[in-house]
Amino acid sequence: MTILEKVTALLGEGAVLEAGTDRVPRVAPGSPDAVALLLGTAHQEGWRVRIEGAGTWLQSDAPADLALTTRRLDRIPAIEPSDLTATAEAGIGLDQLRQQLADRGAWLAIDPPGLAGRTLGSVVSTATAGPLRHGFGPIKDHLLGVTFVTGDGRMVQSGGRVMKNVAGYDLTRLQAGGFGAFGVIVLVHLRLRTLPRADVTYVLEGAREDLTQVGEDIAAAGLTPAALELVSPALARRERWVLAVRLAGSPALVAADEAGLGAASGGGRFSPLRAEEAHAFWMRLAEGFSVRPVTFRIGGVPAASDELLDLLQHQLGDEWISASPAAGAIRWTGDTNIDRLQRLRRTLAGLEVPLTLERAPWPLRGAVGHFGAYREGVGPLVAGLRRTFDPGGALVVATEGS
Amino acid sequence: MDGLPTHRLIPDLVVLPGTREELVAVVRLLAALGVSFVPRGAGTGLSGGALAAEGSVLLVLTRLNRIVRIDRDSRLAVVEPGVVNAKLGAAARPAGLQYAPDPSSQSACTIGGNVAENAGGPHCLKYGVTANHILALEVLLADGSLVEIGSPSGESWGPDLVGVFVGSEGNFGIATRITVRLTPLPRAVRTLLADFTGLRTAGEAVSAIIATGIVPAALEMMDQSCINAVEDSVYAAGYPRDAAAVLLVEIDGRNSDAVVAETDVVTDLLRQSGARSVRSAATEAERERLWQGRKKAFGAMGRLSRDLVVQDAVVPRSVLPQVLETIAAIATHYGLVVSNVFHAGDGNLHPNISFDATDPVLKNKVEAASAEIMQACIAAGGTITGEHGVGIDKMRYMPLIFDAESLGAMQAVRRVFDPDERVNPGKVVPVHACREWTHARGDRVGSRGAAPRGEAA
Repeated sequence: MTILEKVTALLGEGAVLEAGTDRVPRVAPGSPDAVALLLGTAHQEGWRVRIEGAGTWLQSDAPADLALTTRRLDRIPAIEPSDLTATAEAGIGLDQLRQQLADRGAWLAIDPPGLAGRTLGSVVSTATAGPLRHGFGPIKDHLLGVTFVTGDGRMVQSGGRVMKNVAGYDLTRLQAGGFGAFGVIVLVHLRLRTLPRADVTYVLEGAREDLTQVGEDIAAAGLTPAALELVSPALARRERWVLAVRLAGSPALVAADEAGLGAASGGGRFSPLRAEEAHAFWMRLAEGFSVRPVTFRIGGVPAASDELLDLLQHQLGDEWISASPAAGAIRWTGDTNIDRLQRLRRTLAGLEVPLTLERAPWPLRGAVGHFGAYREGVGPLVAGLRRTFDPGGALVVATEGS
Repeated sequence: MDGLPTHRLIPDLVVLPGTREELVAVVRLLAALGVSFVPRGAGTGLSGGALAAEGSVLLVLTRLNRIVRIDRDSRLAVVEPGVVNAKLGAAARPAGLQYAPDPSSQSACTIGGNVAENAGGPHCLKYGVTANHILALEVLLADGSLVEIGSPSGESWGPDLVGVFVGSEGNFGIATRITVRLTPLPRAVRTLLADFTGLRTAGEAVSAIIATGIVPAALEMMDQSCINAVEDSVYAAGYPRDAAAVLLVEIDGRNSDAVVAETDVVTDLLRQSGARSVRSAATEAERERLWQGRKKAFGAMGRLSRDLVVQDAVVPRSVLPQVLETIAAIATHYGLVVSNVFHAGDGNLHPNISFDATDPVLKNKVEAASAEIMQACIAAGGTITGEHGVGIDKMRYMPLIFDAESLGAMQAVRRVFDPDERVNPGKVVPVHACREWTHARGDRVGSRGAAPRGEAA
């Protein structure tokens, strides 16, 4: 029997989708149990499995015997607006999830890069936070728990559905940003916020160094933006760099911050965006990172943001960059090669700045790896965790690269 | 024993290293001898997590108490594990910064202990728990090797090993150097005390506040039994004795106008929700007095009887009123005094049972009532601990919330860090309830087996 025939016998014809251009069979289990069944079989049979969501973020090009897509895991078992929690399957598109939450007055305060239909599982497993990280923290801060299936088909629960939880070790944080190296996330318990009653965006154009200063002045003035993002001209599709400030929360908080914004802008004039303009601005920013072949993020201390932007400009060019200077997070997208990326990672490691490769064609990410430049002793721990959660090496994930 | 009076163990030996180098040398010696050890901070834990049994060495880390540096520009501090929580806060204050997690024991508990337990505190509602504030760690593993995980920005070098380590209750190693995030001190603070004639209405007021989208810095509740214990003590804060419950609500921020406006909204909501009165602290001294009553409530309740069990569970906020009623019914059934003081905004309950541990009948009743309270919280969709940890005390409840596979996964992860399970043995995961994960054992050093296929090499 071929792999496809075995999978069809295992999960039924409905689980088999049309293969992609590389003709790797694509399978969409319809339940977490089906994921466990499939991976358990893959482990026994020695199949190599690549993990996919909606196929809108990470390129679907890793060499594998089988592509497992979570796109049929698209249910939302629970939304509890009074508790500000929700439980959703990993394959739900963020756009659908957002809409259903908004209908109940709830908000998941994340705005990851990528297309609107990107799956929740993709965002969690790659820990790709967007500009809202400034005000609401990284992806892991929005997770209460996850259920995942290991490379040998074991189903594991971590965390729970409540706001605080220290029962047992925190395997949720291992999965957030694990890029699937430690299993396939099938279910996510989320921490929500009340849909902001006020939500406005202001933009200011100018020279990068001037806008950086304005950003520092905003922080010094005690304003509390939900997002404070410095965007390169090419990404913002403007003539000059743009500093975008999003204020979201209670009307009282937003009104007070709006009043302080002018004073903090050093004489520059922030322009308010109409609601539809603001939506388009942030969406364009997010989508920009899924257009070009390579996207990575780096994390430095806030005081080093300017220096790091200079470094990126010098080594790779600064055409498509977005930075949350106060959060120390910078994301770059464009076209580059293995040597340049590896050199950049080494340079950054010397500055204590990790580089996480978020997406790239397989030849590049296979060589460079999502991670790398571990400190001494970290590599064996990561390898041990890999062997624990994927003992047969069924899951095709470019963890450290070559 | 630690802060939990129901468990007592005696180690073979107690060692108090004075430097990191001494600590490393001791751990390497213990590795060579194959001896188990238990790291311990100030011993304020409430789950028996830092108790060392016969055959183990207790490593007390309170002498490793240096604040290595405070970096105002990068808003971080690097500390040794024995630094006391409140001392770090005091050291950061001149730079206009704070270390936000503030467990009630903050005047004694250590940052190393906070990391091990993923400690919380009243202000974690807005600022997050310990895990949200740890950027990087130097970790001493059981074999005596030192590993650096995390980075000063909080972005990890690969998987989030810092996130995995925080809250591992000392089972993965010892955090010998801790880089914490500091946050700007709020410029404006308003503290409100609202009193209610019913627990249910107080619980409903909590939900009403959260529903507005305003996130108070703290939202704490105390019931009548707790109020009276505080008012009978030296920590008397002027709480109304005839109230069924009081809510202590704090609004803070960097923008004074916003804080004033949000306080007005919250005050109106409290009144609409049935508060008999809403009092605003007029001075810093009054604010401190209100908070002292809350933070010293456990000490005040300690006066009620010879012993006190401080329980810890979390439930969805919306079921707080029902769960509080269930706890009251359990207390009545067993004839016990249960006082509640807790983080209402998080749904993190602390039912406190006053008793005399020398009375075996009473002790059994306390154990039975505690178990019923845990079961009630689990049945309501909650969990068995929000900030005190599992330790020894809660291991028996772990199979109620995790299946054998998930417990096995936890045990397997522990073996990646500590293959011989010598660090703080017999805690957190009930081994008998685990499904075995045979692949994991002994893999930490990475010397066995090839890298998994598919990993680019």
